[in-house]
Amino acid sequence: MSEPLLKLKGVHTHIGQYHILQGVDLDVPRTGITVLLGRNGAGKTTTLRTILGLWHASKGIVRYDGKDITQSPTPDIASAGIAYVPESMGIFSDLTVRENLFLAARSVKSVGEMDEKRLEWIFGFFGALKKFWNQPAGTLSGGQKQMVAIARAIVEPRKLLLIDEPTKGLAPAIIQGMIAAFSELKETQPILLVEQNFSFVSALGDTVAVMDGGRIVHSGSMAELAEDTDLQHQLLGLSLDAHQ
Amino acid sequence: MIIKTLLSGDLPRSRILSAMLLAVLIGLILAPFVFPGARSLNVAATICVFVVLVASYDLLLGYTGVVSFAHTMFYGIGAYGVGLALNGMGPSWWAVFVGTSGALALSLVLALVIGLFSLRVKAIFYAMITLAVASAFAVLASQLSDFTGGEDGRTFRVPEMLQPGFRLLDTEILGRAIDGKLITYYLVFFSALALFLFMLRIVNSPFGRVLQAIRENDFRAEALGYRTVIYRTLANCLGALIATLAGVLMALWLRYVGPKTMLSFEVMTDILLIVVIGGMGTVYGAVIGSALFILAQNYLQVMMGKASVAMSGIPFLANLFHPDRWLLWLGVLFVLSVYFFPTGIVGRLRARALTRERP
Repeated sequence: MSEPLLKLKGVHTHIGQYHILQGVDLDVPRTGITVLLGRNGAGKTTTLRTILGLWHASKGIVRYDGKDITQSPTPDIASAGIAYVPESMGIFSDLTVRENLFLAARSVKSVGEMDEKRLEWIFGFFGALKKFWNQPAGTLSGGQKQMVAIARAIVEPRKLLLIDEPTKGLAPAIIQGMIAAFSELKETQPILLVEQNFSFVSALGDTVAVMDGGRIVHSGSMAELAEDTDLQHQLLGLSLDAHQ
Repeated sequence: MIIKTLLSGDLPRSRILSAMLLAVLIGLILAPFVFPGARSLNVAATICVFVVLVASYDLLLGYTGVVSFAHTMFYGIGAYGVGLALNGMGPSWWAVFVGTSGALALSLVLALVIGLFSLRVKAIFYAMITLAVASAFAVLASQLSDFTGGEDGRTFRVPEMLQPGFRLLDTEILGRAIDGKLITYYLVFFSALALFLFMLRIVNSPFGRVLQAIRENDFRAEALGYRTVIYRTLANCLGALIATLAGVLMALWLRYVGPKTMLSFEVMTDILLIVVIGGMGTVYGAVIGSALFILAQNYLQVMMGKASVAMSGIPFLANLFHPDRWLLWLGVLFVLSVYFFPTGIVGRLRARALTRERP
């Protein structure tokens, strides 16, 4: 078995006086979707932000593609091929959809140099982006903003995508479009997906890790967890009931 | 097409705004011929310089989200640089070149040092640091009186071509002598126009887009791989260099440098007011804001004097419009403009045009 693309070993993260991550061990393989599940406050978002260096680990190691990135600055980690779609989407409201995507396309120097084939591929998933291409992103609906955020992460090939709760607050029709997008996307690049919506990720995920109290309390294949309802209730409890 | 290229594709996007910008541009081009008095020409030149100064500050505040109080320091460095060089070396273009180059170099070093050491800290601390540095610089300029002229400042002679007594042509054009004052005015006007178009290019370049992204969400910009400290520092340096050039232009126009005119906190508050009135994050806001503010600053008192005389029979109103109360009315106008145009005049006009496009 090859070395995982991303490996967290005994990672602790403090935010101010709060000890959020309390020894996270997590492997993200080089293919497929790894789902990180857990109730609110379990430490899922903090794990993603620690990987990206937005908060630095106080203890433990984060290894990415064979390199220790535990204390690397965020721009270096992003430049090494990790794209992040935050829960808040983090779009630039005053800039147009086109400019939002252009800022993420680091290998080109002008909008005209953006890979048209790849843009058409993205428009295949998120047709609304083509329609609102020159419109300020701040004027779009919540679902469309989420599309901008994901499109920005995949506007160029990345080695790893970190996606934080992409379905939060979205209409079912948009979630269906997102399932189609992620199903195709996972064929070309690995994804670490944080979600609370188990029905959304059970059809998509290849491997799964469940967090609680700042630790990984279960990891294995998604297929096994999807079949074992007792284990689902034991690990996910209320959050599963709430979202199914 | 040429206009679009000149404006870097960033058109006014509002008919009213286009008309206002055109009126300011035509007014400034024709000012020496249409408004021939010394005072009106001085107002026109001040508007030109403030357009550059305010737009360079907007590059920091409106486009990058950096609150700095050191902008007048860079403006002062430019003015003192060229003023002291002309004073010490005599009225030559070489002295202008040496003074400008020295001022630009000093501004660059200071902006770089302030930027690299302080842009990592939170916005409010950065604002405090810049305030401290600018205050220290103003005190230094006042105290080194042997060198700077202290509180009185220094007057100096400019190169012969820019001196009021110089005549380029023997004949008059449109009733106006083509003298050194006119040449200086057009030097200020065209330099300001070139710097304005340069700033428009900067904010509409990929670099400008990164600055806007940093202003909106610096963590997100970092997560896209941009080193925000470097971009902020570059914006700081660019803003400082352009403010320095604005100072050079003002010194050449006034043929005088002094701490009150060039380094005082009053100039800084004027810049802040103009940015807010014109509209933050819109280079055009600097044009509209500067024109309205400088005109109000210079003519409100005169207009109120006339109004007061006209109302001399009405005790309360005559008192209310007494010329001495012009600052109060300027304050009222500022409060009203912020109330009715919270995103500035340009922001409001553009939003209005956008709403009309999409009913």
